[in-house]
Amino acid sequence: MEWMTNDLPALINGILPHLYLLLLAVFLGIEVIGRVPQVLHTPLMSGSNALSGVVVVGSILMVGKAETAPWPVLVLGCLSLVLATVNVVGGFAVTSRMLSMFRKKK
Amino acid sequence: MEVGYLTALVCFVLGIKGMSDPATANRGNSILALGMALAIVVTLLLPGLANLPYILGSLLLGAWLGLRMSGKAQMTEMPQMVSLLNGFGGLAAALVALAEVVDLLYGEGLLHLLTQTTGMGSVGSYYLVFYVVTLMISLSVGGISFTGSVLAMAKLDGKVSGQPVRFPLQGMITNGLLALMVLLIAAMIVYPSSAEPMVYALFLVSLVYGVLFVLPIGGADMPVVISFLNSLTGLTAATTGLLFDNRAMLMGGVLVGASGVYLTVLMCKAMNRTLGAVLLGQFNASPTGAGREINGQIREIGTYDAAVLLAYSSRVVVVPGYGMAVAQAQHPMHELEKLLVSKGVECRYAIHPVAGRMPGHMNVLLAEADVSYDVLLEMEAINPDFPQTDVVVVVGANDVVNPAAENDSGSPVYGMPILKAHQAKNIIVIKRSMAAGYAGVENELFYDPKTRMLFGDAKNVLSELIQAVKSL
Repeated sequence: MEWMTNDLPALINGILPHLYLLLLAVFLGIEVIGRVPQVLHTPLMSGSNALSGVVVVGSILMVGKAETAPWPVLVLGCLSLVLATVNVVGGFAVTSRMLSMFRKKK
Repeated sequence: MEVGYLTALVCFVLGIKGMSDPATANRGNSILALGMALAIVVTLLLPGLANLPYILGSLLLGAWLGLRMSGKAQMTEMPQMVSLLNGFGGLAAALVALAEVVDLLYGEGLLHLLTQTTGMGSVGSYYLVFYVVTLMISLSVGGISFTGSVLAMAKLDGKVSGQPVRFPLQGMITNGLLALMVLLIAAMIVYPSSAEPMVYALFLVSLVYGVLFVLPIGGADMPVVISFLNSLTGLTAATTGLLFDNRAMLMGGVLVGASGVYLTVLMCKAMNRTLGAVLLGQFNASPTGAGREINGQIREIGTYDAAVLLAYSSRVVVVPGYGMAVAQAQHPMHELEKLLVSKGVECRYAIHPVAGRMPGHMNVLLAEADVSYDVLLEMEAINPDFPQTDVVVVVGANDVVNPAAENDSGSPVYGMPILKAHQAKNIIVIKRSMAAGYAGVENELFYDPKTRMLFGDAKNVLSELIQAVKSL
């Protein structure tokens, strides 16, 4: 992570690409949601809730940091990994159950 | 690896886009899940990942629990379920941040470690500021999202009263806690060597803040709160992504954050209120929140009379509300609708944007009962039709048809757009009792001379109505 530096211009230069992504994602998020009909608001909220479980990636990285990680770190990491996975799997399953009711009726 | 994450991100965007159309919504959800699976697999394949047995074990346990929980939930409990899952996501983010802190602090001071590993720990270091602020946002916002979501779930479930809870100096205490959190983060930057107790204090304060944040907000506003907390969880995912320099997490989190805030604003608009007013719990802020006195009389109607009225009208509009969800009355409702249609009655549903406990809540329930979505009409589409409607059947809805929103500037619901059911020729209200709605406001529609009340559990009442209509 070469942008992690104490040199302010370098730090800013390092974070800037992230900021571009961030800005783009903000507009994308709003643009995509803007077209969702009201009928789908609950499934959508549920789906994006599952998506916010993407923090599961962080949990994996945390637990996988090092063999020598002290045990409190392992315990906290594993707990957060379980919770995040529940969020992801439960979220998508619930959304799928809701949406299966929107299948075209004969 | 980057290619894998990039593909996952494309899946996220395509998935959300797919969910914007009923025809492709299910595929959209599958694409989202696929993207998430890809992101997880790519992470698992990263070189140098230790403790793989722990990771796989936790993943399996979480997946099993998630499937179990989602399989058990009733359709009516979906909002609570989403809220609880969101709380889990928030807590997960907070715990990752906490683990990172503990890892850094283990044996040594935060300052010492940062200096040693990166040479950037000096007081006033830009990187230290960036690092601490990002980490602490993950920690505190995740904590707020966790307790807030759990309380929102309890309020929706009725385990905790949906009424706004108020106590003296509430505003001062809540805002004071927020200021305390900012101060704690600032203190960590200034005194990084003694940051450890401050980190734990911050986590505790954020947990308490989450509770205080949701307590004064009425049950009717819970959808807005859940949506808002959902976007907060997205924000923590994004900050965690920054910490780990992981673009999939950053983008996914920001996508959720942005769409969550936008959805929240849409919901507030539907209630004609600002986000600020909702979050400050101003719904019942006026001390004389009861609005003006209502003069009039409640008139009841028998099942048979109601059946006759319905079967011999030409246009019927059903206004469903949370009461229908609680009574699981969507199936008999659809049966009654089919029966009326077979008798040549035009029967449609008027869906208020915030009917139920979540936007689209009613649509989901009615879809479950096989009601086709071309008879589900949104507020703007149906409102001009009410004056030509013979009978409006209000099934367990209250605040969304309260005319006080239009004509009583002293009422707490004043200004909220409503379904203009009071303009119809007849109104039948199916309701368990005369209790006020979730906003805690009396409804003068019930006292309207055109209104007849049909007291009872919505499911039983509708079943009796079906029998009565059949016997005509």
